[in-house]
Amino acid sequence: MMTLLQQFFSMGGYGFYVWSAYACVLTFLFLQWGLTVRRWQRFYKQNEPLNE
Amino acid sequence: MWSLINSFLSPKKFFFLTRQLQPWLQALFIFTFSYGIIGGLILAPADNIQGDGFRIIYIHVPCAFLSLFIYGVMALAALGFLVFRLKLAPLIIRESITLGAGFTFLALLTGSLWGKPMWGTWWIWDARLTSELILFFLYLGIYLFQSALADKQKNERVLAILILIGFIDIPIIHYSVYWWNTLHQGSSLNIFAPSTIDKSMLYPLLAMIVAFLLYYAIILFSRIHYELIARRVNFHWLKEQK
Repeated sequence: MMTLLQQFFSMGGYGFYVWSAYACVLTFLFLQWGLTVRRWQRFYKQNEPLNE
Repeated sequence: MWSLINSFLSPKKFFFLTRQLQPWLQALFIFTFSYGIIGGLILAPADNIQGDGFRIIYIHVPCAFLSLFIYGVMALAALGFLVFRLKLAPLIIRESITLGAGFTFLALLTGSLWGKPMWGTWWIWDARLTSELILFFLYLGIYLFQSALADKQKNERVLAILILIGFIDIPIIHYSVYWWNTLHQGSSLNIFAPSTIDKSMLYPLLAMIVAFLLYYAIILFSRIHYELIARRVNFHWLKEQK
């Protein structure tokens, strides 16, 4: 199990490049989604009567 | 016929239609993204030459595709604004710029991370890479231009013209691998011909492209909703059911 996981994360020696790429993309996707959600949360907080 | 299309492009109809679509888009995104990630990282076999390093394709190609697609959407919106004075068009442009710039940057970044182990270099002034870099500068220029001009109406018209002029870069990026002798490989995906990659690798890639397209739609619609509700003070739309 540990060997399989090690092989998975090492990606045949290309682990640094593969995981860096995935990390950057996933961070961007999460950030863009998070910023959009936060905008709406602030809007609803400032306009609480709308929630009633 | 045109009045029918135009009525759907009215901000209010757009708001209610896309608000109903959002949950479905989100569900579809989760499904396609999950399949793409699992298929790309685990199920697809390692490449014969590149080994597991090729798995960057599952994020690099969708990012590159989105960078071109989003600019295409902006150009279409620009044309719609100039010719038909579509009210939604400036909103679509404004909310797409940062996403397009982001995906272009990611296409370049993931491309570098792929290029270093495979080509031995982080960057090369190859036709595909250079034209993609120009696209990134175009996005930045449009964003800065939009922020700089004070007169809103004049701003939107000039911005639309600028976007249409910059559209020339899109076919250059796409055909660069055919017109010039480039280090960047040719297209793996073809609409009118069989793909050059195996199905076990192809299907997760297609799923990721679809997932990224859905992601763009979800974020764009959410931002346009915010613009219509919060900035344009259409609070009552939130309470209306249509």
